[in-house]
Formats: sequence, structure tokens, C-alpha cells
Amino acid sequence: MVTNKKNNSSKPVIEIKEMHKWFGNFHVLKNITLKVNQGERIVICGPSGSGKSTLIRCINRLEVHQQGDIIVNDIELSGDLKNLEAIRREVGMVFQSFNLFPHLSVLENCTLAPIWVRGLPKKEAEEMAMELLTKVKIPEQALKFPGQLSGGQQQRVAIARSLCMEPKIMLFDEPTSALDPEMIKEVLDTMIELAESGMTMLVVTHEMGFAKKVADSIIFMDEGEIIEQNNPKTFFNNPENERTKLFLSQILNH
Amino acid sequence: MIKELYKPGSYPNLAPPKGTVGFYGWTKSNLFSSLSNSLLTIFSFILLYFLIDGIIGWFFLDAVFDADSKIECRKIDSGACWAVITRRVGQFIYGFYPDAERWRIDIVFIGLFFASAPLLYPDLPLRRWLLWFSGFYPFIAFILINGGLFGLVSIEINLFGGFMLTLIIGVSGIVCSLPLGIMLALGRQSKLTFVRSISVCFIEFMRGVPLITLLFVASSMLNYFMPPGTNFSILVRVIIMFTFFAAAYIAEVIRGGIQAIPKGQYEAAESLGMTYWQTTRFITLPQAMKISIPGIVNTFIGLYKDTTLVIVIGLLDPLGIGRAALADTKWNGLSTETYLFVALFFFVSCFAMSRYSLWLENKLNTDHR
Repeated sequence: MVTNKKNNSSKPVIEIKEMHKWFGNFHVLKNITLKVNQGERIVICGPSGSGKSTLIRCINRLEVHQQGDIIVNDIELSGDLKNLEAIRREVGMVFQSFNLFPHLSVLENCTLAPIWVRGLPKKEAEEMAMELLTKVKIPEQALKFPGQLSGGQQQRVAIARSLCMEPKIMLFDEPTSALDPEMIKEVLDTMIELAESGMTMLVVTHEMGFAKKVADSIIFMDEGEIIEQNNPKTFFNNPENERTKLFLSQILNH
Repeated sequence: MIKELYKPGSYPNLAPPKGTVGFYGWTKSNLFSSLSNSLLTIFSFILLYFLIDGIIGWFFLDAVFDADSKIECRKIDSGACWAVITRRVGQFIYGFYPDAERWRIDIVFIGLFFASAPLLYPDLPLRRWLLWFSGFYPFIAFILINGGLFGLVSIEINLFGGFMLTLIIGVSGIVCSLPLGIMLALGRQSKLTFVRSISVCFIEFMRGVPLITLLFVASSMLNYFMPPGTNFSILVRVIIMFTFFAAAYIAEVIRGGIQAIPKGQYEAAESLGMTYWQTTRFITLPQAMKISIPGIVNTFIGLYKDTTLVIVIGLLDPLGIGRAALADTKWNGLSTETYLFVALFFFVSCFAMSRYSLWLENKLNTDHR
């Protein structure tokens, strides 16, 4: 189902080289090396505490790495605030707990950053927000507050909010883990649509169905290391590593 | 058989049993649910009748509203002698401000109404225009109260007093302490050591010192710290002290609000590329202020009532005017009437603030609507 061929030739948009991170004395990320090409969809899975969320949070520097390099869109992540702002404009993020701004309406949630960070005129920002809210299928909720929406709707608003910044890369940090089962599908459908539109995506998730369907490659992490990276077919049918096999047997057999 | 009678999903909404809702139901379940309960209810009603009868009698029916002295009052009727208030109402409102110039204060009072309305009610029609007025109002009020410009007679500050004094100190203190408090709260959270230490020192010092001490400092010492030649009026010095004192408390209240905001809010703002000031202005402060409304209004009410402390440095607020009235041999001994009146004034003001804060909280509540 998946071909890496067309992507392998292009230049990587994210390049992580021998990156390490510690929380105090605890070594959370060990020697991470990873390349993500334009338009590539990567799913990261692994047991809890394996560092997968920390890894994608390092990519827009919500977490600071202590060793190694992270280069996003030709800009190196460092303490330099200018670089950081430039990267954050290119990288959108969707959180497990939505993190919508509760005191602003859905529309204002979507237009705030485009207006103030990108300097878009209010009217243009609102038109774009409505367009994207239509894409995630909740234009009718635009004037409500986040607290009035269901979890699935809130997460779709969060996706639209990120897309309003017209990012080149989207990071998803367990986007469906806080949702009731009947709402997972609507969020995954939105993400699948996004993947089909050619967005570069890094997704931390346990939704293996989603991984099978859209991922170009799947990364398995354990104890802060990338244990295995493979295309979905090999990953599910023929995992190379013993720990991957064990994890898959735990997650798929119930 | 049953299938014919009842189709699932078609069960009708029935009315509750009779006598369980409405006035009758409430009375029955709360006041007359048992014999002892009924007896207690009747007893309470009788007690209440005598109490209210006595209160209304003293306050209104048997009260005297105009007389020349307490003795005259007593000759007329047995209730409250409100003459002490009505004969001195001018003093209670304007202090010793000259009679001929009191119209200036009236204009300031009316102006205050129009200047505060657009600040308090965001949905007001013509708000944009009124806000201009709010911006200029402090200068207009200052000139009107103080005089000395545009042909207005200059009025000595020691003639200020009464409710006018309370409002001048209270409103100025409230208006100035909120922005200062916000800045201190942000300063205390700052990553810059210098800004943080200054904020912490200021807050801890102001909170650690009794207000009376600060007022004494304002009245006697503050001029020593100023460059020679500058001479602030005592009123300005007092307002500065009230502002500093309240700002320290407000800063801590708002800090509590800021700290209650989940980390995810910052992360979301950061991941959208927003800067510190953008995050503060659009995400942190609006939410923190909303959480802090009860605490902020609490501080305001405290400040407003603390204005009575200016009596220790010789300014006559309503309480001081009241005491002056009681010192008059004509009205000697009417402390109940005098203090009740002053209390009523403060209660009305503070209750209004409290209600306003409730209204605002409800208005800003976006959780369930």
C-alpha cells in the first residue's frame, strides 16, 4: 500500500542526528537519528514512558534537547528565539488534551495566531478559518465556545486551529487517547483526509488501524530508543525485533 | 398483551404527584412537615412579627427626620433621631467644601457615572465614545475638585471630606492598583532576575506593613524621600499609599490565577508561534483575570472600607464627619443613628461591587452556556 520511493529522493524536512535528552538524571531519549521527507507520514508507537511524546515535542522545542542536532526545514533548533519562532510557524501541533483556549470562541481560537503571528487581516483569517472548519466538518460550531463541544469536535477544532497557520509539518501527540471510543473515528477520518492531501505528518498513536492505512513508515520506540523503523507491511507481518513482536502481540490481541 | 399496551420509547412524560411541587408543596415539605415543625414555624412567625414591627417603628414610623437637637427629637417621638443626619447631610457628602462650590463636586459625581459605565459594561451602546470621556475624566475631575484653573476657586485639601473623600481615594486607588497589580504579578513570574526581585520585594514589603503605618509615612515622611522642592499634596500621597497597598494584594491574587492555568495552554500558544507578550495578552491574562475576579473584588472592597483609616492623619471621611457630629453637644449620644447611616453608605457601595463581580463572573463563564 505504501511506497517510500518517491519520497526518498526529496530532501528531508526534518533531520534529527544523534539527539539525546535528559530529564534531570533520567536519560529519556538516547541517540535518536531520524529523517522525515516532505509529504511523508510517520507513525510512532511504543509502550508508555518510551519517550515517543518527548521526541515529537523536541521537534518544535516544547522540550529542549541537550545533545545532537535537530534541523527542521533547513533551520537548526537552538536557543535562538528567531529560529524558534520561524520553526513554530512551520510546525503545527495537536495535543492529547486538545488545549483549546476556553475563553475564546472556536473561530477566535482559529484566527488568533494567524492574525497576530502571521499578520493576516482579520477578514482573511476568518475566511480561512471557516474554510478549514468546513474541512473538519464543524463550520456550524464556529461561534460556540470549546466547552460546549464534544471531545471529538474539540480535537477537530484543534486540528483546524493548527492548519490555520498553514504549517508544512503536523505533529500529533496521541490525538485520540483522551477521547471516548465513539469519537475516535471522526478524528482519525480528519487525519486520514489530511494525510491524503500530502501533509508531512508525525503521529504518536496506538491506533494501529490508522497506522496500517496511512503510514509510510512506522517507528517503534522503547526506553528512549528507536528500536525499529519499517514500512507497515513488514512492521506488522514480519517485525524484526523481539520487543516489537512482544509489543504488537500485546496491543493487537484483545 | 403487554406488547399492545406499551411500545418501547413511547412512554409519556407524566406530571408529578399533586402537592409535591409549587408553593403548596414547598410549604408543606419545609414548614409544616410534622407537628413540632409546624409549631416552630408558627412560633417563628410570631417572633418575626414583633421584631419587624419594632424595627420598622424605630427606623421609620416613630422616627424624627427634622429637629434642632436631640432633646427636640425626643420631645417629638421615641424612634430614631435622623435629624442628626438630615441637618448635616451636606457635610456627610462634601465635607467642609464651600457651599458655593459644591456644584463642582456634583458634576464630578455625575461624570463618574458616565466615565465608569463603559469600563464596567463592555456591551454598552456608544461605548467607544464614552471611553474617550473615561480617558479624560480624571483630568476633568482633578481640575473641578482642586480648582485653581479656568477661573475656578482653588480649594484647600483640608476642606475635603465625607463621601466625596471616600470616593476620591477609593476610586483612584481601585483604578490605579489594578494595572500596577497586574504588572507586579507578571514581574514576579518573570525570568529576569532583576524584575522578579523588585516585584517580590515590593509585594512582600507592602503586604508586610500595616496600612496605618503607610499612611503615617505618607503624611509625614514621604516628602523627605522626594527631591527638594517637590511638594505632593497629602491627598495624592495617601492615594499612592492606598494604591501600592492594594496592588500588592492584587498581584498575589492574579499570580494565583496565572498559576491555575494549565501548562497545555502555554504549549498550545507556543506551538502556534505566539510570543511571550502575545501569550500573556491573549491567553494567560484573560483567563487569569477571570479566575481572579472574586479575589480582586475582595481586595477592592477591603481598600474601599480602609479609606476610613485616613482619620488617623486628620482627613475627615464619613466616619470622621460622623464623629464630629457626635461631638456637637446638640447631637451628643446619637451614635446609633450616625454609625448606622455611615454603615449603610459603605454597605451599599460594597454590595454593589460584590453584585457586579458576580454578574461579570457569569458573563465571562464560557464553560457551559
